[in-house]
Amino acid sequence: MNRHRDARVGILFAMPWILGFLIFLAYPLISSLYTSFTSYSVLRSPKWIGIDNYKELYNDEVFRGNLLNTLYYAVGAVPLSTAVAICLALLLNTKVKGMAVYRTLFFLPSLVPMVALGTLFLWVFNSDYGLLNSGLRLLGVSPPNWLGDPAWSKATLIMIAMWGCGQAMIIYLAGLQDVPKSLLEAAELDGAKPLSQLKNVILPMLSPVILFNVIMGIIGSLQVFTVPYVMFPGGAPARSTYFFAMYLYDNAFVYQRMGYASAMGWVMFAITLGLTMLSLKISEKYVHYEGG
Amino acid sequence: MHERADSPRDVPSMGIFKDRLTARIVAIGAISAILVAAFAIGESSVKRDAGSDRVTVIYWEKWTGDEAEQMRKVVDKFNKSQDRIFVKYLSISGVAQKTMLATAGGTPPDVSGIWQDQLCQFADANALMDLTDLARESGLNRDYYIHGYWDALNYRGRLWALPSTPASVALHVNPDLVPKEYATAETFPKTIEDLDELTKTASKKKADGSLEMAIFLPSNPGWWTWSWPGYFGGELVKDNRVVIDTPEALRSLTWYESYTKEFGSKEVQTFQSGFANFASPKDPFMDGKVATEINGVWKANYIRIYKPDLKWFAVPFPYPKDRPDLAGHSNLSQDILAIPRGAKNAKEAFEFIRFVQRQDVMEGLCTGHGKNSPLNKVSDHFFDNHPNKYIRLFDQLSRSPRSFSSPSIGIFPQMSSEINVAYQQVSTGQKSPKDALKDTQARLDVIWSTYQKQILADQAGDKP
Repeated sequence: MNRHRDARVGILFAMPWILGFLIFLAYPLISSLYTSFTSYSVLRSPKWIGIDNYKELYNDEVFRGNLLNTLYYAVGAVPLSTAVAICLALLLNTKVKGMAVYRTLFFLPSLVPMVALGTLFLWVFNSDYGLLNSGLRLLGVSPPNWLGDPAWSKATLIMIAMWGCGQAMIIYLAGLQDVPKSLLEAAELDGAKPLSQLKNVILPMLSPVILFNVIMGIIGSLQVFTVPYVMFPGGAPARSTYFFAMYLYDNAFVYQRMGYASAMGWVMFAITLGLTMLSLKISEKYVHYEGG
Repeated sequence: MHERADSPRDVPSMGIFKDRLTARIVAIGAISAILVAAFAIGESSVKRDAGSDRVTVIYWEKWTGDEAEQMRKVVDKFNKSQDRIFVKYLSISGVAQKTMLATAGGTPPDVSGIWQDQLCQFADANALMDLTDLARESGLNRDYYIHGYWDALNYRGRLWALPSTPASVALHVNPDLVPKEYATAETFPKTIEDLDELTKTASKKKADGSLEMAIFLPSNPGWWTWSWPGYFGGELVKDNRVVIDTPEALRSLTWYESYTKEFGSKEVQTFQSGFANFASPKDPFMDGKVATEINGVWKANYIRIYKPDLKWFAVPFPYPKDRPDLAGHSNLSQDILAIPRGAKNAKEAFEFIRFVQRQDVMEGLCTGHGKNSPLNKVSDHFFDNHPNKYIRLFDQLSRSPRSFSSPSIGIFPQMSSEINVAYQQVSTGQKSPKDALKDTQARLDVIWSTYQKQILADQAGDKP
């Protein structure tokens, strides 16, 4: 009896979360799945059209272009930001006076709101007045047109992604502090040099954290929206920065095609799920769990 | 009798706990009081109360800053002019999307200030109230307005909105940057070919070959790319079909491409990427980076604010040499007032919109915004006191039978976006004009056919 009563009390206490989950997650999920099989312009009732939205997606060259742009961005941004974040974390894990200040300074940029970040970088990458090109000119380098040339626009966004790697850096830093000192001492006694320690001790011990950050990075990259939306209206130039989430937003809120946008959302969900599963599968070989 | 060790009596800081509790209650009370007071003070400072016996009309508008203030004056004037209706004016970002979602949610504003080029999409989505009968009953008809503006507000034979402020566009010229023989409105090139020639001969380059000043660039400011075929006599919608792959559009795109060929695609991109926002003294026209710029009637307002000493004049955009019949053309646009479907106080909302259409009110608002009037009858006072010294030209352009608005089609947002992309692909050398138009036509055909099937077929059964 007590057990049942305890269960009821437990459920009652968990009810705010359960209700939140049902109302704000489960219902919209199921609803968007249904909507993806309809033509729905918000003010009219959804009209069932079967798999027409998915067929249209299959033939939509802009959608394919978005996917390629998004994957290009993910392939560039995730490894690069992972490498930068790990390097920063390694530097900030050393014993130097005033380290707390350095850690704060390196973490601060990741707190800048995305819209402000986009506006800021519009100036940094401005081909005429921008800080970056001014610096390059001083070095005698002929600078590219970061914002106006389709060949450079995605690379610009990938570089900007580094600005936010402070979040990952903090997690890596926490992971680094969990690397047992005994292992490092043992490696040192065996004559391992710092690079060898990094390769054979630190990175394997850090691998679960790397896996977590990579998966979060993939998910985040596939949903990239705010910065390109602010910096490159309409995905200009020539849709070279038109990402998946931007096209989804335009379909949903500019063109009033909620059904089509929902279908896009589910395709993106499938892709994200697939890439996450792939990452987990690959991780079986490379990720080292202390307890396992 | 034993007491449990964790009974309250064993808590050593019972007294403190009590004090803390009291302190917390006092703190919560104080914070609540501050919040309530802040809310009350905040409300009273922004509230323009309707009073219990007045109907409150909620009005969402896109404008901010001075433009918002000009409309606020109109709203205040309306509120003072009678005692039955109170218009509550709210400046809202993303007004179109928010209006659409609020309408879907059953809580739309009573009046929404959207753009005319969204009107067909909104009407097709069943988001707007049909104003045809209300307008007729209140004496508003085609003759009351400049025909180009009125016609753009009618779609499927019904009227869906009325103007708040309109605009026409013209070529703005900085006489200090063009050769003397072209430095007046009378002597400035009249044809596109002559403008091209002037651009070729009088634009300036730096020692390293990079552009220093361009006489004209069709990609600046890039706000009406969809309109270029129109300047060559083309149409975008004909007989209920999207027609972008036309000889006129090809001619416009080839002309557009000729500028990047003349100066170099990358050179133009680099040059333009240094252009600052139009609402700043570093705007390319005000900063002397371009000698001419196609822009709206409102440009004078920005020049007055950011570069009052700048010399300039306005002329109609040139026409193709072999199409003198197109002389005096312009593309028209409007900010409009619409009543979302399901608005709770639609009748009162229309009364406010009708008030805005009064000649004195409309002229006051358009003067404040630096725009021409959409009304057929315009007072001398309006022309004489308008901040734009070329207001008569913009008025004439808006009345020209060669002037045109965005096409009346529900897929205009997609159409505009696709045309933009086609022009960008050509100017960045990714596609030839012919291929870009062919691809755009194919894509728009699919979009239009899907729209007809999914949206228009659906609304055929709607009651007006």
